[in-house]
Amino acid sequence: MPRVELLRLAHARSGDKGDTANVGVIAYEEEDYPLILEQVTAARVKRHFGDMVKGPVERFRLDNLHAVNFLLHGALDGGGTVSLMTDAQGKVFSTALLRMEVEVSDAVARRVRGRGRIPPNRGRRGP
Amino acid sequence: MSGAVAGGSGLVRIASGQGFWGDDLEAPVRQVEAGPIDYLMLDYLAEVTMSIMQKQHSRDARAGYARDFVPLMERIFPACANRRIRVVTNAGGVNPAECARALAAAGRRAGMAGRARIGVVTGDDLMGRLDGLLATGHPLSNMDTGEPLESVRDEVLSANVYLGARPIVRALRGGALVVLTGRSTDTALTYAPMAHEFGWPWDAWDRLAAGVVAGHINECGAQASGGNCLAEWWAIPDLTEVGFPIVEAGPDGTFVVTKHPELGGAVTLRTVKEQILYEMGDPRTYITPDVTADFTTIRLSDQGNDRVAVDGIRGTPPTSSLKVSIAYSAGYKAVGTLVYAWPDAAAKARAAAGILRRRLDRLGLEFDRVRVELVGWDSTHGKLAGPVPGDLPEVQLRVAVRSGDRHAVERFAREIAPLVLTGPPSVTGFAGGRPRVQEVVGYWPALIDRSVVEPHICVDLVEV
Repeated sequence: MPRVELLRLAHARSGDKGDTANVGVIAYEEEDYPLILEQVTAARVKRHFGDMVKGPVERFRLDNLHAVNFLLHGALDGGGTVSLMTDAQGKVFSTALLRMEVEVSDAVARRVRGRGRIPPNRGRRGP
Repeated sequence: MSGAVAGGSGLVRIASGQGFWGDDLEAPVRQVEAGPIDYLMLDYLAEVTMSIMQKQHSRDARAGYARDFVPLMERIFPACANRRIRVVTNAGGVNPAECARALAAAGRRAGMAGRARIGVVTGDDLMGRLDGLLATGHPLSNMDTGEPLESVRDEVLSANVYLGARPIVRALRGGALVVLTGRSTDTALTYAPMAHEFGWPWDAWDRLAAGVVAGHINECGAQASGGNCLAEWWAIPDLTEVGFPIVEAGPDGTFVVTKHPELGGAVTLRTVKEQILYEMGDPRTYITPDVTADFTTIRLSDQGNDRVAVDGIRGTPPTSSLKVSIAYSAGYKAVGTLVYAWPDAAAKARAAAGILRRRLDRLGLEFDRVRVELVGWDSTHGKLAGPVPGDLPEVQLRVAVRSGDRHAVERFAREIAPLVLTGPPSVTGFAGGRPRVQEVVGYWPALIDRSVVEPHICVDLVEV
């Protein structure tokens, strides 16, 4: 089965609560939500981040939004102003999680090709 | 009741104007000028903001609030008074009284003398009551670690309890054009106007919960209307003059998230969902002083033209305790950076970091933590970025240290520049000078029984 980055199936936003980062992962299409529920588990996310997340990972479902919310405990080096990380507020854990690969059918792989990345010929204009 | 509902539509339009202290200064002006609104909410406070304000207050008795707010109001005061746009804000920080004085003076300069009333909410500041509370069985233990506050008592910089919507509603009922609070919840700034306009009883759990969701969507400004949106960010129109979100609320708690049509940005299912999930904990229990909201009951529907309708929200009674945000002094830190160029940029940066660490060791300096990052490679995604390619064109070495010993951090700050002449080659980017030693502020979340807070909440009305 083809493997694609989660970036193709979902968008995300992350933030902080003390030393915990949260990542909300939102399916672009309702039809891809079950696949995300099945493959993007708390255990899988914990393995994905490895020692970047010192504590446990929790997952909460928001079926109403076709989204899941992850809490990554102990991910921010103490958090707030204590943290020495560039990303002390966990703002870019979103795309770090979307690097994870999931298995999809050939049809889904074709459907989501190119999604999540700026299309060629876009973004070449200067500031 | 104010006249907003009587406007004919039966709806109240609550515009978001600031998502944090330091947000787009022109955004609230655009909200007032680019179309009809009934309320302008301005959120200035994040977790660490109160401690920064407390520090400013300890140096200057007249400081300790969001100073940007006063010149902003001077600009929009006449428009707000003429069109009866009411402003609800937590700009008061740790010094709402002084903020109100400065605001009244600004109002008089703008020709508002006798034409506007300011409501001031206090009672959130526990700093002066801390020892009494600790002595009477309120340990203010850290919610994350369980440690009693006693262990850092001498280092405490600020302690503020999150207040809800009730005192804001009292100020609105008292005819305030501007309501100023200290540490109110961010969400209350949006749902207090809803509760006031529609006369919601305080046990209307579902409607209050809907207000909380509206507040959560509004509280980070443009993050709900196209800013920081990961979904096809390149296609979001005109962020230069982004329109911050506007909640159009009805008496039954249903609402539409939208923005002024002529401003930039976008309000879509994607932008709204991203903001709903921002800083989310357990979505089934979003706890506020007035109600606990269940975010898994939110129903969204896209009406097109930058309008997303929200309904279905359920709420349950609030908890018996309130959250306290405590800041304490937790040592010092500094961040030093240097830029290394091709070839072997990353190898040079790592070699420099090694030299620096050995020098710090030889000096016998004690650090709680030393962190080395390569900006341009692993500073955001860590090991997920993979191995560094040897031909990286350039990389910034970023070394950060933290210590309870100020001297150690100061000495670290003097050890960065020497690497330019005594370390690996093709290094630059040190022109910013020596790293600044910063005080570290620790965050200490705690709970307190609401019965010892609520009797101290005070609402004053001041004429401009």
